[in-house]
Amino acid sequence: MRARILSVLLVLLLIGLPFLTQAMDQTAFLSLATRILVYGIAAASLNFVLGYGGMVSFGHAAFFGIGGYVVGILYQHHDTETLLWGFLPGTNQMLITLPLAVLVSGLAAAAIGALSLRTGGVQFIMITLAFAQMLFFLFVSLKTYGGEDGIIVRRTNELPFLNMRDKTVLYWVVLAIALTFFFGLRRLIRSSFGTVISGIRQNERRMAALGVPVYRYKLYAFMLSGTGAGLAGALMVNVLRFASPDMMHWTKSGELMIMVILGGVGTLLGPFLGAGVFLMLESWLASLSEHWPLAMGLILLALVLGSRGGIMALLGRIGGRG
Amino acid sequence: MILVLEQLLNGLQYGVMLFLLAAGLTLIFGIMGVINLAHGSLYMLGAYAGTWVAMQTGNFWLGLPAALIVAALAGFAIETVVVRRLYARDHLDQVLATFGLILVFNQLIILMFGRQPVYTQLPSAFSGSIEIIPGLPYPAYRLLIIAVGLAVAVGLYLVINKTRLGMLVRAGSTNREMVRALGVDIRMLYTLVFGLGALLAGLAGYMAGPVLAVQVGMGEQILLSTFVVVVIGGVGSIKGAFVAGIALGVIDTMLRAFLPGMLRQVMAGPEADALGIGISSMGIYLLMALVLLIRPKGLFAAGS
Repeated sequence: MRARILSVLLVLLLIGLPFLTQAMDQTAFLSLATRILVYGIAAASLNFVLGYGGMVSFGHAAFFGIGGYVVGILYQHHDTETLLWGFLPGTNQMLITLPLAVLVSGLAAAAIGALSLRTGGVQFIMITLAFAQMLFFLFVSLKTYGGEDGIIVRRTNELPFLNMRDKTVLYWVVLAIALTFFFGLRRLIRSSFGTVISGIRQNERRMAALGVPVYRYKLYAFMLSGTGAGLAGALMVNVLRFASPDMMHWTKSGELMIMVILGGVGTLLGPFLGAGVFLMLESWLASLSEHWPLAMGLILLALVLGSRGGIMALLGRIGGRG
Repeated sequence: MILVLEQLLNGLQYGVMLFLLAAGLTLIFGIMGVINLAHGSLYMLGAYAGTWVAMQTGNFWLGLPAALIVAALAGFAIETVVVRRLYARDHLDQVLATFGLILVFNQLIILMFGRQPVYTQLPSAFSGSIEIIPGLPYPAYRLLIIAVGLAVAVGLYLVINKTRLGMLVRAGSTNREMVRALGVDIRMLYTLVFGLGALLAGLAGYMAGPVLAVQVGMGEQILLSTFVVVVIGGVGSIKGAFVAGIALGVIDTMLRAFLPGMLRQVMAGPEADALGIGISSMGIYLLMALVLLIRPKGLFAAGS
């Protein structure tokens, strides 16, 4: 009951956040909040395979980047009024770009997952990293789409009846998508599919003995996770109005992983909290000193060595005591 | 033909560097089961420490012990303070902690030396070229790197195969629980192996100084390639690290040297260059994916 009241309050707070930032004259915080929501989606997607499925993917930035590039490439063709592969027109309608981004990143995840899931353990970590790096270098070498410099998306994608150039409206759109995503993910994790995925993490051999087609289930989970990361990437390009190969760089995969671990591996809310703490810490430290990575590194070290289970475990301990 | 031979030597030199880094990493990986992202930082520390001493004293050879000592000490420190607590944890915690170490070391170096790359003088005895075969003068320093790398490979082979320490290392990378159960002081072994890995990384960093620029981030650049070498060679296998290191060094260099030219035959200049560079950067990852699909544990995995 208490948890339910808390979550209703949290949702209300998130919806009212633009008024709060305006009243406190902290409008820059709103764009940070938007980014936190987007990274939260990406981290939660990664957490689905990593925390629930036990598949440590070090290449999720690939899907994040693919989702972003779908938006970027469609915008460029829309802007220059050219055809993609000679027959596909570009577009700047979010109702088309987002589903397409989800579809394309899901297909990419299916292909990469189908190959990667033949290995396991450390090799799985490395092979997902390898595929992400290949895509990174592929997009660096694509001069048509800006190469290393990426694509500048001058205007956020449009939605009917909404003024998407307003930062507050964009925040609400992202929030609505993030909430839908969150509750969808909760249903997925509590479904029989989610239970099987957790079961595979705990004991793969036993699940196989129970007659579960393990490889296929893992592949579906990996694919779903890829679509989530792609959705986040597509939103990110809309927020930053910029798509670049850096979205696929291996350090981005690392950052997503850090958010998951920071928040709490295998928890529902954890990745969102992890994204929030990581990004707020980053922007706060960066405002203090240009040598902020030093403090960030030490904080990460202290967190790993000092605690297990991330923020969610910490909250649980506080809640348990109080 | 001369050009191909020259690039082959360049590839060999790069491969030897990869081997020096991968040898330590594969042992740390195989024996302790730790993913050490900070291995590149040890490479960077060795490069900076050695280069600084060499610049202060004006003598290249005085920089060498400095690089080795600083890298090894940093390795011991990392092992006792951080990594030792991570042996029992899963790979995720190790990745996060050693990623934190990268941030710390990079920023410390920026605080001490600034962001500008540092360049070293070549030692005077090796600043010229040697004509190995008629018509192919090759920089003597690069030959020195190759020689050092091969010497280290032979040395490691002897240590691993002929000494008691080597026996424990081999046993450890095959089945570490068994070694512990037999009453071996495993903590001592871990610290030693980590220190040895750090030493080799420092050596590689200092040797690379005059060829590449000594700068912040140099460690991360080569770290990923090193991991690819470790995984292709098979985790825990020095032999695998050697074979995969040399092979990747040669393949990567050859692709970078000749692919853009080949593509330029069929497409416009700048686009061919961009695509060629892109594909050749993808080369080693493509190779890793292929190897893992055929042999999921790498070419020479220990204990398989």
